[in-house]
Amino acid sequence: MTDATAETPRRGSGMGSLMASDDHTAKRNAREKRFRMYGLVAVCTGILMLVLLLTSILTAGLSAFRQTTIEISVTLDADRLDPEGNRDPADMGKVTTFGYAPLLRDGLIGTIEGAGIETDLGARDVADLISDESVAQLRSFVLANPDVVGQTIPVEVLASGRIDGFFKGRVTYETAELDKNISPAQLRLAEDLKAADLLRTGFNWRFITAPDASTTRPEAAGLGVAILGSLYMMLVVLCLALPIGVAASIYLEEFAPQNRITDLIEVNISNLAAVPSIVFGILGLAIFINFAGLPQSAPIVGGLVLTLMTLPTIIIATRASLKSVPPSIRDAALGIGASKMQSVFHHVLPLAMPGILTGTIIGLAQALGETAPLLLIGMVAFVREYPEAPWDGGLFDPATALPVQVYNFTQRSDPAFVERASGAIIVLLVFLLIMNLTAIFLRRRFERRW
Amino acid sequence: MNDMRLTERAVDNNGTKIRAKGVQVYYGDTHAIKNVDVDIADKTVTAFIGPSGCGKSTFLRCINRMNDTISVARVEGDILIDGEDIYDKRVDPVQLRAKVGMVFQKPNPFPKSIYDNVAYGPRIHGLAKDKADLDGIVESALRRAALWDEVKDRLTAPGTGLSGGQQQRLCIARAVATSPEVLLMDEPCSALDPIATDQVENLIHELRANYSVVIVTHSMSQASRVSQKTAYFHLGEMVEYGDTGDIFTNPKDERTENYITGRIG
Repeated sequence: MTDATAETPRRGSGMGSLMASDDHTAKRNAREKRFRMYGLVAVCTGILMLVLLLTSILTAGLSAFRQTTIEISVTLDADRLDPEGNRDPADMGKVTTFGYAPLLRDGLIGTIEGAGIETDLGARDVADLISDESVAQLRSFVLANPDVVGQTIPVEVLASGRIDGFFKGRVTYETAELDKNISPAQLRLAEDLKAADLLRTGFNWRFITAPDASTTRPEAAGLGVAILGSLYMMLVVLCLALPIGVAASIYLEEFAPQNRITDLIEVNISNLAAVPSIVFGILGLAIFINFAGLPQSAPIVGGLVLTLMTLPTIIIATRASLKSVPPSIRDAALGIGASKMQSVFHHVLPLAMPGILTGTIIGLAQALGETAPLLLIGMVAFVREYPEAPWDGGLFDPATALPVQVYNFTQRSDPAFVERASGAIIVLLVFLLIMNLTAIFLRRRFERRW
Repeated sequence: MNDMRLTERAVDNNGTKIRAKGVQVYYGDTHAIKNVDVDIADKTVTAFIGPSGCGKSTFLRCINRMNDTISVARVEGDILIDGEDIYDKRVDPVQLRAKVGMVFQKPNPFPKSIYDNVAYGPRIHGLAKDKADLDGIVESALRRAALWDEVKDRLTAPGTGLSGGQQQRLCIARAVATSPEVLLMDEPCSALDPIATDQVENLIHELRANYSVVIVTHSMSQASRVSQKTAYFHLGEMVEYGDTGDIFTNPKDERTENYITGRIG
């Protein structure tokens, strides 16, 4: 009241020129500027951390996608590989890898001599240049193609982990002095082979397709089983969590009466979203494996556990997107005599679809990266057999999962597994990136701007 | 124009379409509608006027049972359409709403094409035998809503791309397409500019030939322009009901007089 009277001295900005800002305005502007600075610093810190993370993973992991191989001419001695002489894989299978190892060794020595490379290394040390896995590979190749027995064929075999590491900069002459697994002389021989173009480095498809390998053969370790296992689990999660989650959300949001029970359910769903994932692992172990008798290490169990974990995320996202559909659309549908269900399925759900899909994919992405519950249900096992196709009961075959494979690699002592673990993380990140891009694409595709 | 409507009003003498007896509505503990009795005539425009929060929209939403969707709402008393109690247990509200169409305050076309907006009702009620039949229903509905000439070349265009007035007429066409007998309009012009309002009012005037129209409006001038009967609501009660001309020239209740002369509201 008194403010309006002429006698009261006027305060504030009304006094001076508009060209000069008064104290109060200056302070206010300074505060705003400071706040913007804080925000900018926060964003920059975040970006810096992300860049650091990606750089460290990429520098450590990209080399996993390149692999050193040696080309060797091997004479497949018929007497040793096929004592029965009938080229029957069943009989030839009796010859173990011990029968093949000398052939491969002799082949390598022959190849080295053939290329005119001189070395004073013993046969054993020369053979150490190639991976132990190569022998098994050669054996399976011969068993699959019995006709090659007796011929001399060129084979491309994996170089051993140390030799591979030498061409990736992980192993040097200095470290080789101290390493009982490799000597500088072997490194020199490897360099000579490279000069003769018998040793090459190429893209490592095996890393993506091959199964895991033992701790002494990092060069052979791949992600095939883990990728399949993860895909199978995502299949289970998608097939179970999406319909159950969407049905539950539609019921709760559109049909359920508002009372104590639905309130309780609502609170519990929100709480479930915050339950530590390892708890779901224990639940899976107790119910799906011990009680229901499902096999351990199977993608079906992992998928079920991850479904439980993903459900709250999907329900919360779906309910939020159902809520965001304007009520006028429901009124419009009901007003011309649509039933509740018709109004939901014809009008509300299509409008909520982008939100539901985004929520689902984010839930799936979360599940894809989840490790802890899978450790409890045995998916951390060492699995070398690919699971069958899903329609052939593959969901019940043992498998591992990508994040668990990362964990597994990091547990092993050979430094070559650092590279493998980082490489597996890159594969995992690529999958997550693809899923997020799909989410964005679906959002754009289904969003109705009119 | 106005004079002509007045003469038409004089010859109005139609039967009762909707009869409400002792209607009470509660929202939880709030007594929103208090003992309303009203007879709404067929092929007549009836306007509900009154200040905000007086219950006129609530009462309107009782007539097609849209209040059913609000869980705390409770309706007592009888509302009869053609002598049938619409709150009877045997009445399916979904079927009722096909007979009693509704147009809302804000134009709310579906985010679909103009054609699909109008065709939706006939489709879900199975009114069309085939595509040609449906096309006919859509055209006649759009014609009745005086929108056909404006949209006939772009039926596949989104309904939400029309102007506000066109959208509201599209909503009217959508309501008309299911061949209702009663058309409820909840402040259909409050979100429209004067030109669009004029178009919708002209349309309401034409709709009277086929439907019993009940319109809720804030604008007294609109009530006097479009309606033959007017009911004045005040704090949940229906204070006065009669011929529009009488209500505006010769109100019997003091509260009605205060409202229409601008002293309250």
